[in-house]
Amino acid sequence: MTRALRFVGIRLAGMLVVLLIVAFCTYVVFYLVPSDPAQLSCGRPCTPENLTAARQFMGFDEPWWRQFLHFLTGIVTGRTWGSGPTAIHCPAPCFGYSFQQNATVVDLIGQRLPVTFSIAIGAAVIWLVVGISGGVLTALRRGTFFDRFMMIGSVFGVSAPAYLIGLLGILVFGFTLDMVPVGGYVPLTQSPVGWAWHLVLPWLVLAFLHAAVYIRLTRSQMLDVLNEDYIRTARAKGLTERKVIGKHALRNVLLPVATIFGMDLGSLLGGIVITERVFGMPGIGRLIIDAVGQHDLPLLLGTTLFAAFLIVLANAVVDLCYGVLDPRARLT
Amino acid sequence: MSPARSVPSAILRMLRTDRWALGGVVAIVLLGVVAAAANLLTAIEGQDPFTYHNEALDHATGRPAGTLGGVSGAHWFGVEPLTGRDVFAIVAFGARTSFLIGLAATLVSVVLGVLLGASAGYLGGWYDRAVVWTADVFLGFPYLVFMIALGAVVPASVPRPLLLVVVIGFFGWPSIARIVRSQTLTLKKRNFVSAARALGAGPWHVFRVELLPNLWAPIIIVATLSIPGKIGLEAALSFLGVGMPPPTPSWGRSISGAIDWVRTDPMLLIFPGLALFLATWGFNVFGDGLRDALDPRTEVRR
Repeated sequence: MTRALRFVGIRLAGMLVVLLIVAFCTYVVFYLVPSDPAQLSCGRPCTPENLTAARQFMGFDEPWWRQFLHFLTGIVTGRTWGSGPTAIHCPAPCFGYSFQQNATVVDLIGQRLPVTFSIAIGAAVIWLVVGISGGVLTALRRGTFFDRFMMIGSVFGVSAPAYLIGLLGILVFGFTLDMVPVGGYVPLTQSPVGWAWHLVLPWLVLAFLHAAVYIRLTRSQMLDVLNEDYIRTARAKGLTERKVIGKHALRNVLLPVATIFGMDLGSLLGGIVITERVFGMPGIGRLIIDAVGQHDLPLLLGTTLFAAFLIVLANAVVDLCYGVLDPRARLT
Repeated sequence: MSPARSVPSAILRMLRTDRWALGGVVAIVLLGVVAAAANLLTAIEGQDPFTYHNEALDHATGRPAGTLGGVSGAHWFGVEPLTGRDVFAIVAFGARTSFLIGLAATLVSVVLGVLLGASAGYLGGWYDRAVVWTADVFLGFPYLVFMIALGAVVPASVPRPLLLVVVIGFFGWPSIARIVRSQTLTLKKRNFVSAARALGAGPWHVFRVELLPNLWAPIIIVATLSIPGKIGLEAALSFLGVGMPPPTPSWGRSISGAIDWVRTDPMLLIFPGLALFLATWGFNVFGDGLRDALDPRTEVRR
């Protein structure tokens, strides 16, 4: 037990270090490139006095390392800009404040989170189920027409970019066949059916692209495992094929799949930015694109850090799941 | 141990036996020729990617006049809605953008990845641990979101192609370094490396003369398989409006422009989309074929 706790503790410390490094690098890059966030929110006409005042108010007149320290302490203690009635307060955990949208970064991300998570979780479920079952079936029916068909299809899935498949999906299923809505988002609380109906196309698009990788990975892994001695032993013992595949083989097949799944889930936000743009959905991707258009540096920093957090979290969860899937991994 | 195969002879053998890889090579060569000869081809067509052609548009709707997005003898792939710019010229010069950025970024990744991976594997110790750890941090870096943000903050005075090459290439080194490092670790224990070291060869000499010739096969495989991702990344960034700035033709930006016209002018999506797909598909199947041909362990999988 203590060993497990120590393992979790070390993992958490590692996560924190990685996040700090990402925050630091992003901060340095964003604030060292010659662009002036104060300039953008200074208003017109932008007199030199106004600009200086805006800079002072936002704290951009300080050296960058001090700004970074303020950012870090703000996460723990919260931050306040200015004083008196015009003061802006950002409660802990404060990951920055968007002066252009007059909201904290945490609030802005929180508002958009349901949309992005709806897309991500639905797509992930579909691609895991399709990918693993497809990989197992193609491995068992190796060389058949089904296998060849799936392998050729998966090469296309690996090569096609999300926005292309998304737009083709809109064209075929949305406009030509008029089966599903082509964009927009309905909150789950408002109408569960409308929610799922609007998400079908984004789910399928993201799932199609990822499932291809999982089919290939599961298939090659399964082919390796099926040649192992313990599978022959299991068969020789007279176990049903269902038990041999489902219990003995699948367990070892799932290990590398879990690793890749963790990495994919963490970096899924990148793909979702594109998917949200294609389907016109107001999620975190849209938030990022809007922040780019408005040069909203605090928001960009906050969303980058949030994306890093998702990646690190997903990897840590997979590490922990490894212990469940593979007893050997618990010892180290 | 199977006898070592030279890279060129393995490629030739692969092209004879692997029809998919051959198809990939054909696609790459085709697009490569279009990219290289974009000036010539558009001159034959009599168009360029920048000139507006009002006469090719339907003035009531702003859509291309005629069928299939205005495909005709004058405009082989039709024209863009609203501007009337020639789509073939855009796709042809877009191929140049894609290939130049994809290949240049791959070169950056390979040089960084090989130097860091080989030195980490060969020298070992704390330096090795530092490189491995840095690579792990990089793999946890939200690079797409970071690149989008970077596109917003870097001033317009920095040339975008250079920025794209450096950034896309820089984030690609860890996957190459990993493979080169693990390969170096096994090579390091072989007798010919020990012999060179015993004769007093320095690390740089060992790297150049003993390690590099044995690293070419894995480097070529992993580099080829990383090209589609890099081409796709440039297209994705341009699609999101933070990649190649207009009016430089880019497949990703053309596809982004097609969003609003999917219903009424789907050809605007089809032509650049097909070109982009062909490029990524070509490098993917070529890379798969190369791996099968050069790495005996993964052979015979179909």
